[in-house]
Amino acid sequence: MKQDYLVLENLVKIFGSGKDTIVAVNDVNLKVKEGELFTLLGPSGCGKTTALRMIAGFEIPTSGKVFIDGKEVSMTPPNQRPTTMVFQNYALFPHMTVFENISYGLKIHRESAQNIRKKTDKIIHLVGLEGLSERSPAHLSGGQQQRVSLARSLVMEPKVLLLDEPLSNLDAKLRVSTRLEIRRLQQRLGITSVYVTHDQEEAMTLSDRVVIMNAGKIQQIGTPQEIYAHPVNYFVADFIGKANFLEGRVVSLVSKNKAELDISGRKFKVFTLKDSFSEGEKVFLLIRPESVELEPKKSNTLFGIVRQIIYLGSRMVYEIEIAKSPLTVEITNPQEHKIFSKGEEVTVTFKEKSLHIIPYEEIKK
Amino acid sequence: MTKTNRKIQEIIGNLRLIWKEPLLFISILAIFYFLLTFVAFPIFQVFKTSMIISKQLDFSNYLAIFSKRYYFQPFLNSMILGICTATIGTTIGFIFAYALTRTTLSFKNFFRLTATFPIISPPFVVALAAILLFGRAGSLTPILTTIIGKYSIYGLGGLILVETIAYSPTAFLVLYGILQAIDPALEEASMDLGASRAKVFSTITLPLSTPGIASAWLLVFIQSMADFGNPMVISGNFRVLSVQAFLQITGMYDLSRGSTLAIFLLLPTLTAFFLQKYWVSRKSYVTVTGKPTGATIKRLEWYIKAPVYTCCVLFTGIVFLFYGMLVYGSFQTLWGVDATLTLKNYVEMFQVGKDYLIDSLTLSTLATPITGLLGMFLAFLIVRKKFIGRGLMEFVSMLTFAVPGTVVGIGYILAFNQKSILFPSVLTGTAWIIITLLIFRNMPVGVRSGIAALQQIDPSIEEASTDLGADSNTTFRRITLPMIAPAFFSGLAYSFVKAMTAISAVIFVVSGKWNLITVAVLGFVDNAAYAQAAAMSLLLILIVMVALGIIQLVVNRIGKGMRAIDIVG
Repeated sequence: MKQDYLVLENLVKIFGSGKDTIVAVNDVNLKVKEGELFTLLGPSGCGKTTALRMIAGFEIPTSGKVFIDGKEVSMTPPNQRPTTMVFQNYALFPHMTVFENISYGLKIHRESAQNIRKKTDKIIHLVGLEGLSERSPAHLSGGQQQRVSLARSLVMEPKVLLLDEPLSNLDAKLRVSTRLEIRRLQQRLGITSVYVTHDQEEAMTLSDRVVIMNAGKIQQIGTPQEIYAHPVNYFVADFIGKANFLEGRVVSLVSKNKAELDISGRKFKVFTLKDSFSEGEKVFLLIRPESVELEPKKSNTLFGIVRQIIYLGSRMVYEIEIAKSPLTVEITNPQEHKIFSKGEEVTVTFKEKSLHIIPYEEIKK
Repeated sequence: MTKTNRKIQEIIGNLRLIWKEPLLFISILAIFYFLLTFVAFPIFQVFKTSMIISKQLDFSNYLAIFSKRYYFQPFLNSMILGICTATIGTTIGFIFAYALTRTTLSFKNFFRLTATFPIISPPFVVALAAILLFGRAGSLTPILTTIIGKYSIYGLGGLILVETIAYSPTAFLVLYGILQAIDPALEEASMDLGASRAKVFSTITLPLSTPGIASAWLLVFIQSMADFGNPMVISGNFRVLSVQAFLQITGMYDLSRGSTLAIFLLLPTLTAFFLQKYWVSRKSYVTVTGKPTGATIKRLEWYIKAPVYTCCVLFTGIVFLFYGMLVYGSFQTLWGVDATLTLKNYVEMFQVGKDYLIDSLTLSTLATPITGLLGMFLAFLIVRKKFIGRGLMEFVSMLTFAVPGTVVGIGYILAFNQKSILFPSVLTGTAWIIITLLIFRNMPVGVRSGIAALQQIDPSIEEASTDLGADSNTTFRRITLPMIAPAFFSGLAYSFVKAMTAISAVIFVVSGKWNLITVAVLGFVDNAAYAQAAAMSLLLILIVMVALGIIQLVVNRIGKGMRAIDIVG
């Protein structure tokens, strides 16, 4: 397995000029392993689609390079790149049948009629479109159109499969089942894939690795677990999952990767991957809502007032006011716990292993 | 990295990409060459010639516009005619469009067909019919004389009448699209908030359609200014630019003065075109997508219905009267003398006009498919490809739309009656000069409808094709063209109609060897052989209608591709 099968090197894309200049992709460096499903995740306008389109060849990088399997393709037109793309709206050819759509690329590459038939039928079987090959795309459901689009890309056996928010036009239920199907196919074929989405749940469930992007820049690269448990900054922590941020100060560095924090007078020992925090530095303590426990108020503990209660069946969400700042707490399986009511004072304890420190930054709300 | 550096790098990047697609690169170069040679160069020649008096560069022609009567009078007349026709034509067009989109008028399809019929007929047949009706020996002349006294159909009044009939349909089509695109919910909301019908109209409908009205006005103004056939037949002593330019060149052989008149004709139409394209269209509130919106409340008070319906019925009646007169006139033994019905005009018309007819059919049939394909390919390049000079390509390809036929015709004889750097052969007198003129003159409409169609289609469909390995030309052929087939075929229909009915430009480039049916009709009119002229005009209209029918059949046959548009639109 090649470690750097797809490489983006100092990739920059600038659109427009003068006042309307937009830096869509700002110095992006990535290495995607062979056979890996790699997701570009970020809010809309973060540059993920532009990055994907530079891999496909639809945009020319302003600077930087793209390598696929060791060969530079930065200036290769899209029709000569070993990539195929699944488009957000599927982009099926409306005047062709399902079979014609899927076999289009093979025909362009002048494969023999026999080969075209064989490969197309095989892929139609693989994505479960049997019996629909003579239909027009207009007469397919959204999910079926999506599979035609996927099949049309897969049949080319591309070195890199590109997927641009392929599930965003499906309804919620279908999205969940389709993403599992895409993952199964991808793993079965062992095809290197780059997946663009703004849906963090999709990214988490599908990906081998995820890169979080914001304003054209890479924020963090890692496995879904790494990114959820150890986000590197406020943006990542806030974007992935729900998070509470408590302002605090580093009191002392206990050991190489453990620090003692002061949060409104109370001390916490916290693991940190980064040992770059210095004593006295202002930081954020990141607490996920599910890693907080509530008890009836005890003296000499951290406590707050319940301001709001939201019952969600499997979970109970409390909004607690603690030292004048809000704290969201999620209690799973609420039937097994004491239910607090609005206005009640509660003691708050944190599960220390899930605490995480990130650098402090001014938050614009 | 500095800004200029970046710009240069991007240009180099684009160039390198184009270089990797040599076929695309060559196509772009070829198209630029054609546009330069067959659009820009002739117009340049007209400018150049207008500035040359006895082989000297001389601007006195221009300075003389207000002092020399032979310049000033036609200029003034053309402007007056253009303004009057545009104003009346737009009013009628608006009333028609309003009646068809906002009322419960019966037989809407019938009214729409009649209102647009003059578009497919040769421009001068309305004038011909006017002469048959109201001319010196006109059928209705005695009645009209007893009512309004002595009058002459030749002159400004007659011209406004025939041009209004000929060009109201243009205004109607623009405004029909606009009114259809205005969401009736806005009018309903206004009414719901307490506005009366009149208030709804004055505060919602009218303001929203103002850009459309301006657009329609300017388009009719351009058509009226550029009209050659009608004034040639009916202007009498009322001198207009297009006819004067023609007479100067073909009658007096004064190329310089003729060119100058052509330039004076060009300037107002170009101004109107730019106003329409860059100013009015930007003010537009509605996008015409071709998709009609839902129904509106169509219960109207009688005082709105009565005048609107009257206007519709009246205009439709006039259209019927004019074209009916053509039919009636074509069967008369000797116009104004012997009203016995006969078929001899058709026989004579065939004997004299057979060659003209064959030439017209041959040249139009050759020019039409090239016009259609080229138009779609240009639209594809303009909308979908990035290359240096793309804006210029769009501009030049649209330019012919605003350039009066007279100017183009003069430009063609100036540009191609000798060898030049751009074109190493003399074209004058050949079939090619007529074919190229027809192609480049009728292409803009195809380009425009192609652009509109492409903008409706998600670019990712074409990207998908490229992504799967097809180059730009293959993508155009296999993906784009089938998807914009409706625009392609309407472009074909348009260019065939225009090729068959063209007169203003082609009259300069016809020759003994290659002549056209429209020129033959004008010849009959010139000899006061009105019955034969009417017969030939009818035949021409019939051919055009048959051709349109065939194209419609083809469109229905490939209906699969047509419906395909629905899912992407």
